[in-house]
Amino acid sequence: MPLVINEEQQMLKESARDFLKEKAPISQLRQLRDDNDPLGYSPQLWAEMAEMGWAALTILESYGGLGFGFTGLGQILEETGRTLTASPLVSTVLLGATAIEKGGNQMQKEAHLGAIASGERLVALAHEETSFHQVAVSTTALPNDDHYLLSGKKVFVLDGNIADELIVSAFSEGDQKTKLYLVNAKAAGVEITKVKMMDSRNAATLVLNNAKGELLGSYEGSQTLLEYVLDVGRIGLAAEMLGGVKEAFDRIIAYLKERKQFGVMIGSFQALQHRAAHMFCEIELCKSIVIKALQAIDSGNEDLAQLASLAKGKLGQTYKLVSNEGIQMFGGIGMTDDEEIGFFLKRARVAQQSLGDTNFHLDRLAKLKRY
Amino acid sequence: MIDSQTRTDLDQFRSETREWLLANCPDSMRQPVKSYNDIYWGGKNAVFASEDQKLWFERMLSKGWTVPAWDKRYGGGGLNRLEQKVLNEEMTALGCRPPIFSFGISMLGPALLKFASEEQKMRYLPPIVAGKTWWCQGYSEPEAGSDLAGLQTRAEDRGDHYLVSGQKVWTSYADKADWIFCLVRTDPDAPKHSGISFLLIDMASEGVSTRPIKLISGKSPFCETFFDNVKVPKENLIGTEGKGWSIAKFLLTHERQMIGGIGDTNKPKELSTIAQEQVDFEGQLPDSSLRNEIATFEMDEAIFDMTIERAIDEAKAGNASGALSSFFKYYGTELNKRRFEAMLSLHGFAGLSWEGDADLAKMFCRTKGNSIEGGTSEVQLNIISKRILGLP
Repeated sequence: MPLVINEEQQMLKESARDFLKEKAPISQLRQLRDDNDPLGYSPQLWAEMAEMGWAALTILESYGGLGFGFTGLGQILEETGRTLTASPLVSTVLLGATAIEKGGNQMQKEAHLGAIASGERLVALAHEETSFHQVAVSTTALPNDDHYLLSGKKVFVLDGNIADELIVSAFSEGDQKTKLYLVNAKAAGVEITKVKMMDSRNAATLVLNNAKGELLGSYEGSQTLLEYVLDVGRIGLAAEMLGGVKEAFDRIIAYLKERKQFGVMIGSFQALQHRAAHMFCEIELCKSIVIKALQAIDSGNEDLAQLASLAKGKLGQTYKLVSNEGIQMFGGIGMTDDEEIGFFLKRARVAQQSLGDTNFHLDRLAKLKRY
Repeated sequence: MIDSQTRTDLDQFRSETREWLLANCPDSMRQPVKSYNDIYWGGKNAVFASEDQKLWFERMLSKGWTVPAWDKRYGGGGLNRLEQKVLNEEMTALGCRPPIFSFGISMLGPALLKFASEEQKMRYLPPIVAGKTWWCQGYSEPEAGSDLAGLQTRAEDRGDHYLVSGQKVWTSYADKADWIFCLVRTDPDAPKHSGISFLLIDMASEGVSTRPIKLISGKSPFCETFFDNVKVPKENLIGTEGKGWSIAKFLLTHERQMIGGIGDTNKPKELSTIAQEQVDFEGQLPDSSLRNEIATFEMDEAIFDMTIERAIDEAKAGNASGALSSFFKYYGTELNKRRFEAMLSLHGFAGLSWEGDADLAKMFCRTKGNSIEGGTSEVQLNIISKRILGLP
């Protein structure tokens, strides 16, 4: 498949860019932060996004979705990365809908996918348990009648404080496997606490004490459902990060042409030019892996694990570079809260750690290649 | 879009080509190229390394396929873009060696096609196709490396001829070549980019001499070339006097793409394959920082390859960008240096041997030149920041 987006995807991307520029610029995130907004996102904005079909994008038409695919969703995610828009797109659509669509039975899909597609229901993936991303978990799932009882503690649950449904990874003693379970956020034995994060987006801590859960047990594939969902999430997140990288870079270049010192614009200094040109090169690589990996989800490519790690690894490395250079090249003004470049640094660090940082993915790539 | 008639014709061409290649390419010419001798370089004093090499060259020449893209009136194959692609794919599929390697084909030819008069094309192109002239390139000088336009080799107007004096350096195979294409200064008073002309010089002319350069990697094809009052007929000037710099820039883009590794199918063994041989009982390389270095390299290499693929797809979709050749040159050569650094570390003491021509240590030393030749990495970064990013 050619590594370019098609006309429909291009149109979607452009309309997303126009919409977000107008309705959800960085100033909106700043407002949510300064208001100490308990929801951490704008339900009004989310309703408008859902109206445009963004929540329904990857869900199959038979369940009330648009069946437009992940390459399409990736274009929107990229644009939200430019505006740093706080929305349930990653938690609910990229991770939640994917887990239910791939792992749910007929009843579960009918119960949730339509409501997600229309924007009414929010979902969060509760997986992490320690300070570092890993696949193994110690939360347990015990069979009990037709359902399971889950107990354990989860951290860094993105959008956990606003979710209606939680998708929880847990270990079952019986078959010694880690699987995904649907848990209603209002169920008995579920305790959710919001945690403030450096990027001003939602995260929560979750304590489960014999909470009732339904197994998402219908997935068939070479990976486990958990690994598949994580890989799709890593690729989608990489697409969002690409938007952040591009926007931060555009702002850096604009600043190099605007700011004057010693009577000339600072972009005339070779020390800065070479660093800018090097960033340009790294971003060219980022564009390639993101489109390649997004297409791989849509085509059911067997190399998804490797492509996901390449994408998340490379984007983590490049977002770190560009967000750091952003502060340095903006100089003193880059250190002020008034200037927006700092928001990219903060989002970069959270996005880097989410679903595995570059070191995690380099280690995984080496393991996949058996060295 | 390709219509169905073209499609049918192409399929026909493909099957005929495959049949012809199978019948005409000797088995020994379907082995990977391992050394200098495996390639035919042509030239006045051409030597074929084997009977098969001669046979393969002559058969390809009879079809004009030593340079399939050039017009038939110059002896080329006259193939269109799609046919060239088919021929290339079929040769790659069967593992056929190129029948000849020549700077005349890869570098001078494209410049002549764009800038030379018809008379000059008729004079110089057919011998290139037929492998009769071995060309070398005279660009760099001791005082003009990255600042190539600062070159000082003088070509004085003496009526019907130029009198050329000066020195070139880094001329590959100057000691074997028949002719040299050269950048010379015809107007010492003009601004430095405007006083340069593009001149073709017969290496057999009186006053031309060469001296080989030994590199840190041992032997090398590079030479110094000296011009001591060499008489060069005026008709050997390509394009307009004083406008040689635009030809030079055109050629440098070509060279950059070659060095950057686009279309390079002869890649060395993958690092992970070597790394796998050295894992410990836990299945991992014992040195975790080396393991990280290799994984980072492999990540960048895999994605760089995708970027070449994407650039081709973008070009097909009508979004080509010429300035990107600087990106490919810069990133590709820096990657290659990283590859050999990791490779040397992976081999330990065994990688330090200095016995044979193909020793890793020698190849390692040679890669240090990748980011210098054809425009240094720093020059490429300058080009990116000016032409792509629009910085002053």
